[in-house]
This record gives sequence, structure tokens and C-alpha cells, in this order.
Amino acid sequence: MIETIRSSTRLIAARPLVAIGAAFLTLIVTFAIFAPWIAPFGPDAIDPVNRLLPPGGGHLMGTDHFGRDTFSRVVYGSRLALLIGVGVVVFALGTGVPIGVLSALYPKLGRVLMRMVDVLMSFPSLLLALGLIVILGQGVFNAILAIGLIYLTTTARIVYGVALRLRAEPYVEAARSMGAGTWWVVTRHILPNMISPLMVQASFVFAFAQLGAAALDFLGLGAPPDVPSWGNMLAESRIYITRASWLLLWPGLMIVLTAFSLNLVGDWLRDRMDPRFREMVGK
Amino acid sequence: MGRYILHRTGAAIATLIAASIIIFAFIHLIPGDPVYVMLGDGATPDQVAALRQRLGLDEPVIAQYFIWAGNALQGDLGQSVFFDTPVTQVIAEGAETSILLALITMVWIVGFGIPVGVLAAVRQGRWIDQGLSGLAMLLASVPTFWVGLYLILIFAAGLGWFPSSGYPSIFEEGGLSNLRYLVLPSLALAAPNAALILRLTRASMLDVSREDYVRTARAKGIRPSRVVVRHILRNALLAVVSAFGFTFAALISEAVVTETVFALPGVGRTVVQSILRRDYPVIQGVILIIVCLYLVINLLVDLSYRMLDPRVELE
Amino acid sequence: MTGAHTTDPILSVSDLVVAVAGRIKIVRGVSFDIAPGEILGLVGESGCGKSMTSLAAMGLLPPAIGVTKGRILLGGTDITRLAPHERVDRGCGRIAMIFQEPMTSLNPVLRIGDQIEEAIRVHDPDVVPAVRARELLDMVRIPDAAHQLSAFPHELSGGMRQRVMIAIALACRPSVLIADEPTTALDVTVQRQVLGLIRELCDTLDMGVLFITHDLGVVAQLADRVAVMYAGGLVETGDVVPLFAAPLHPYTAGLMGCLPDPDSDDPLLATIPGSAPRPDEVGDGCPFAPRCPRVADICRRGAVPVRHTDTGQAVRCHFPLNGEAST
Repeated sequence: MIETIRSSTRLIAARPLVAIGAAFLTLIVTFAIFAPWIAPFGPDAIDPVNRLLPPGGGHLMGTDHFGRDTFSRVVYGSRLALLIGVGVVVFALGTGVPIGVLSALYPKLGRVLMRMVDVLMSFPSLLLALGLIVILGQGVFNAILAIGLIYLTTTARIVYGVALRLRAEPYVEAARSMGAGTWWVVTRHILPNMISPLMVQASFVFAFAQLGAAALDFLGLGAPPDVPSWGNMLAESRIYITRASWLLLWPGLMIVLTAFSLNLVGDWLRDRMDPRFREMVGK
Repeated sequence: MGRYILHRTGAAIATLIAASIIIFAFIHLIPGDPVYVMLGDGATPDQVAALRQRLGLDEPVIAQYFIWAGNALQGDLGQSVFFDTPVTQVIAEGAETSILLALITMVWIVGFGIPVGVLAAVRQGRWIDQGLSGLAMLLASVPTFWVGLYLILIFAAGLGWFPSSGYPSIFEEGGLSNLRYLVLPSLALAAPNAALILRLTRASMLDVSREDYVRTARAKGIRPSRVVVRHILRNALLAVVSAFGFTFAALISEAVVTETVFALPGVGRTVVQSILRRDYPVIQGVILIIVCLYLVINLLVDLSYRMLDPRVELE
Repeated sequence: MTGAHTTDPILSVSDLVVAVAGRIKIVRGVSFDIAPGEILGLVGESGCGKSMTSLAAMGLLPPAIGVTKGRILLGGTDITRLAPHERVDRGCGRIAMIFQEPMTSLNPVLRIGDQIEEAIRVHDPDVVPAVRARELLDMVRIPDAAHQLSAFPHELSGGMRQRVMIAIALACRPSVLIADEPTTALDVTVQRQVLGLIRELCDTLDMGVLFITHDLGVVAQLADRVAVMYAGGLVETGDVVPLFAAPLHPYTAGLMGCLPDPDSDDPLLATIPGSAPRPDEVGDGCPFAPRCPRVADICRRGAVPVRHTDTGQAVRCHFPLNGEAST
């Protein structure tokens, strides 16, 4: 406990921005878990009398064209943000890692798989996602698959590269020459060394998933309109931005801050991995 | 050099063929009969049969692919179901907007991203670098459509400096001044991408500055500014240039959203509308063209990289 | 630690202290002189601070590492802490350096001729750069000089690239040449050629040479005088012949004992027990004390005095091998 506090204070002193980012992410998680208790109104509580009220009074972030409290919707929106983020990361890494590892271990299979990954990567990312949405239709789950597909390819490529390098390490060759089975090599040598780069990758994927989901929602191709996602809120606010600019500000700010915090954390994790950096810091 | 060009072009063509198979296949992956999906449930059997025949859907699948691909090679991408005009015409109408938008955006990206990245690298660690790096990371985290909406709010609706939507062609009344319709959209598109180029330039500069030959250059006693430009930047740009292909792909992707926000009559908006209207021939045709373009650009970037870096062996 | 000279030294280093972040000392109070036409071999194991000493002399220390004390004089002018372009501005640019890795020390996207001419334009503004570049390539014995001027570095072998590095160094018209392990990365046969070239240039141009290496064999062949470095400080200096014949410091003797003797029947290679301390681990007293076979209590505390012999050698030890001991 003391150690956590101590290392936390060290982090805050050394990289204050990263600490703020981590704090913001904690806030988002808190919003998501405790939404019903934090939000003063329900996300769908229509109140036509109080439409388009600016921030103030009982409405911290104002109300929208249906009179719904923006703050409450923002709080509930964090649930979707987390759901999408976790879903995309699980899908992208859950499929990308096995593909990458298998490709590195079995070169013949690997050539075929990597070729297929290359073909998928020849599609600009959002188009790939749109294509999958066309086939599968709208919806949160489909959006997760669609966006996940994009990052499946990048993850597979990264994992392939790392696994290839690790497989060529002398100690792995030594182990195999002593008769170690493939599975042993994977679990003992390859996977543990991938944890750091995967954590970095996960942070960035989580961050870009927010932006991708917001774009899909905005186009009307992601979460259904009745779901309170930040992207949907922005889509609905479009016609009212001149009259009610707070409707544009808050959901967008949440997206930006969430993605920014994740990027900061990912960057920090990547710096920690870099041996040059560790030398300088004296670890 | 020649053999390398041949080899890479061959690989690109192979990828294009594979991609075209995927693009073609996805109509048939849609649950339900595509014809009914396009026409809706209220379609009469005659309409269904007519559309089915027009789209050639009564042939075996493999044959359909070759027909489609064969036609595509000759410049015929089929007919738009919604507009009843050739797909190529639909694309051509949006091409001018999208191409100009992409070019202007690249100007912002390169004009801002590279010089500022160099500045951040040269002043590494000091306030200006930390500020710029932080700003870059922030910009990379913003959704382009949000930036776009804010730009409209402030500069179009608010200050009235720029129009908020639409784009009349520069070949029509107004001429080149019509480009001002593309200013705000291109800025919105440029924001996150310029940030990425900034960070890449900075990282590349810092990596190169640690190389031995930079130490040799300094040892000669030449001016620091010359070391930066002639030795560090020259080599750092190699990594940045090779990212241009990826940047262009990102531009294409995000242009879809930006064109929707600014109601620009470009190819991206056509894609979105076609998806909503279930106009599958158009979706197929546009994606095929875009993938083709992306592969060509990547090929060109790759080849030019080989030419810029004399070290690279042209196997 | 200086030796006795009749002419003024061209490079004079006095009590040089180099530290990381101002705190951890990696060079602790090093002093030596080099006379024109003389080759001083700076020997020591990896990490003893010899490279940092040379980088300090050139003004090329990496960021966060700096000279905290001491002075460096080039031909009588103080160049301590000056970056190369600052030295050139003040008219004392005539010191040049060649590095260990010829494969990575040349800019890969620029032609050889351009890289040499760049140095010429800084130090020799009155000559025609292209002509002078050819002259320099001839001087370092690169065949087909005219053709090589337009070549790129990757088209040349390691030995040739090192010669180009020497040519670039010569373009600076140096009175002092620092060579940091220039042949370590080269084949043995190429080594001989490059070493021969350095010796020849030193003689004809009357340059002082600071030759850094961990290879005692090279030092024995090439150097006029030797300085032995350990854990950031000099432990012994002297003329090469007497020093090799009768080393005074236990560390020097240990190094020479480590050389495999082809005539010996002993199956084991002699080693010095233990390992060199890290810069932050060096404490009070003699840094070699933990590993020295002659150590006594007095060695562990306080500064160690320097003794000079009449053969021109100097040693920093309480119990040097010529029998003079501290009481």
C-alpha cells in the first residue's frame, strides 16, 4: 500500500500529465460503474419544458432538444465508451495475438496469414469498418467487430514481428535443441516478453476505438440512436450548435479527454519499456 | 532497379486482386437476398427479376466475379441502383472535391507537421518541446468531425470568414476563390494527421541525432544549423516520407466523415449515402477505386523511398 | 601526471574531471601532455573513461555529461567546454577525431566527396575543395580517388571508410589527432595498414596523436608513450619501452600478465580477479584496491601520491613494483 502511494507520488512529480490522465480514466470508470447514483437524471428523461437550457441551475451541462440533462447522458455515455474500448481491445488482441504468434511459429502458415493481413490492410481503416457494418448492419456489437477488425491487423503485424524476433533469440534455439515443445516455448518465452508491447498497443487501440466509435455513431452507423453514446449526442446536436453550443462541447470533450488520457498512458508505458530511457532514469 | 519495380508492382497487383475478391464477395455475405435488401420488402416479383438480371445475379458466383472484374478493367463498374447512372460517373462527380480536399489537407499537414516537429526535436526537453509534444498528442486525440463542427461554429456561423457547407467547383462561377469552401474542412482533416506527422518527425529527428555520423558531422566544426538540416533532417525525412502512404489512407478514411459534416459533394459522402441507401454497386465501385488508389500511392512512396536512400539494396 | 618534454606540448590536459549530471564522475582528475609528432597510447579496459576523456577534449560530450573541473589546452589556447564550431570561431579548430565504427560514422545519403569537402570549407576556406579532397584521398592511400569522391559510404569497405574518416580529419589541418579505437572493428590485415598510415601521417605532418585502445599489442607497436587508465583515473604513464619492460603499477602488470604467452605451458589464462568498479561505486582511496595483490590499509583511504622515476615514468601507487613503498 505504502509502495503504491510512494510510486504514485513519484509518477505525479515526474510526469504530471500522465498522472492527470490516469486520474481522468479512473473518473470515467467511476462514472460507468456508478452511473445511476452519479447522474441526477435518467439518460432518457424527456422534459420538453426545459429544452435547450444552457449550463446552470440543476443542469450542470445544460439540456438538449428533448430536455434531457446533458450531464446525466454524458455519465451514462461513459458506459458505452468503456464497453466499446474493452470490446475492441479484447477482439483485436484476442484474434491478433494468436494470428501473429502462429504465423511466427509456422512459417508456411505464417506467409499465408500475413498475406491475408496485408490485403485487409490495403483498405483504409474506416472503410474497412464501414464495409463490415454494411454486411453486419448497425449496432454496438457490430461496431466493436468492425473497429476491432482494423486493429486486429495492426496487432497481428506487431505480434508477428516481435514473435519472429523472439523465436530467433539464442536462448529459444537452445531450448528447442534440448527438446522443448512448441507450446512450452510460446508460454515461457514468447508471451511473457510480449506483455509490455501489448499493453502499449492496448492503450492506443482503446484510444482509437473511442474515435472510431464516435465517427461511426456520428454517421448513424454505430450505436442505435436511442443509446446515449457520446458520438450519438454529437450527431443529434448538429442542428442546434449555433443555439446550444454546450451540446457540442461536453460530449466531444469527453471523447477527446478519454482518448488523450489513454494516449498519454500508452506513451508513458512505451517510454518505460525503452531501455535507453530506463538507463537515464537509473532503474 | 527494374526488377525491383516489377516485383513490387506484381505484389501490389496481387493484393489488389485479392482485395477485389473481398469487395465483390461482401455483397454475397450480406444476410438475406441482396436484391430484396436493395428494393425493400414491397418489391414486385417483376422488379426483383429485372434487378436480378440487370445485376447479373442469376449467374454462378464465380462467373459473376469475373464479369464484374472484367468490366472493371475496361472502366465499367456497373450502374448505380439509386441514380440509374454509371457508377464511374457517380465517382467522377465527386472526384474533384475529394482530390482537392486531400491535396490542401496534405499542404497543411506537411507545412505544419514537419517544421514544428523539427523545432520540437531541436529544442528537446525544454518547455517549447514539452508544450508542442503535448499539443500534438492532444490533437491526435480529437475526432475530426468535432473539430469540423467547432470550426463551423467559430469561423463560419460566428465570424463568417468561411462558408460552412457545400463546394461549388472551381471550374464554375467563382473560380479559384471557391477554394475557400475547402479551408475549414481541410483544417479539420489536417488536425490529427498533422499531429501524427509532427510526432513522427520529432521522433525520427531524435533517433537520427543519436547516430554516429551526426557526431562526425559535429566534430568537423560546421555550424549546428547545418548539422540539423544537412545531416539530421535529411535522414530523418526518410522515415517521415515512408509514412505518407499511411497518412493518405487515413485522410481517405476520415474524409468520409468530414465531407458529411461539411456537406461536401465528394466521394466520401457518396460512400456514406450509398451505404444508407443500399446502393451496392456504388459501394463496391468506390471502395475498389479507393483501394486501387491507396495501393498505387503506397507503391509510389515505396519506390521513391528506395531512390531517396542510396543505401537500400535494390534486390 | 606529466612526463618531461623539451618542446611545448601541443595538447595539454590538466586535472580533467568529467561528470554525469554534475554528480557521478566518470573521469576523475586526469592530466597528460602530448608533444608534436608524438603518439600517446591511452590504454584501459572498457568503461574506464578513456573515450569520455577524448570526447571532452573535442567538445563532443553527450548531453547531460560535462566537464566539471580541469583545463584542456590546444597549442596553448584554452578549449575546455568549447563545442567544435565554437572552437572554429575562435580560431582553434585544429584538433580532429576518428571513431571506432567506420561503418556508421559516415552520413549514408551524402557522397564521400561532399562529406570531405564540408570539412575543408570550414577549416581551409582558401583552397578549391574538390582539389583538396582528392589530395587528401591520395594522402590516405585510397586508390582511384577521383572515382571514390562520388561514391556513397555503403559502397566502400570498412578499411576504406576508416581511411575516409582519416581524410576528413586531415581536412581540419589538425595539430592533434584523436583516434578512438579506430581499428578495433577492422580485420587484422587492414588494421596493420591503417595503423601504418597513422604512424606515417604523424611523422610527416608532425601531429600529436592520442591513440585510445584496449589492445596492448597495438600500443606496443605504435605508441611512443603510454598512459594507463583505470576507473576514471590514470595509474601509470611512461615511455613505451621501459613501461612494457618493467611496469610499475600492479594493474599494468596484471594487464600484461593477461596477454597469452605462446611459449608458456600453463593451460590457464592469467586474469585479474574481480571486476572494475562502476563510476558511482568508486569510493575513497585507490580504486584498484579491491583487486590488488599488494593492497594494504593505507591504500583504502585518502589520496594516492604520484611518484616519478628517472626513466620518465610516473605511477600513482603506494606500493609500486620498483620497490619504492609508502611507509
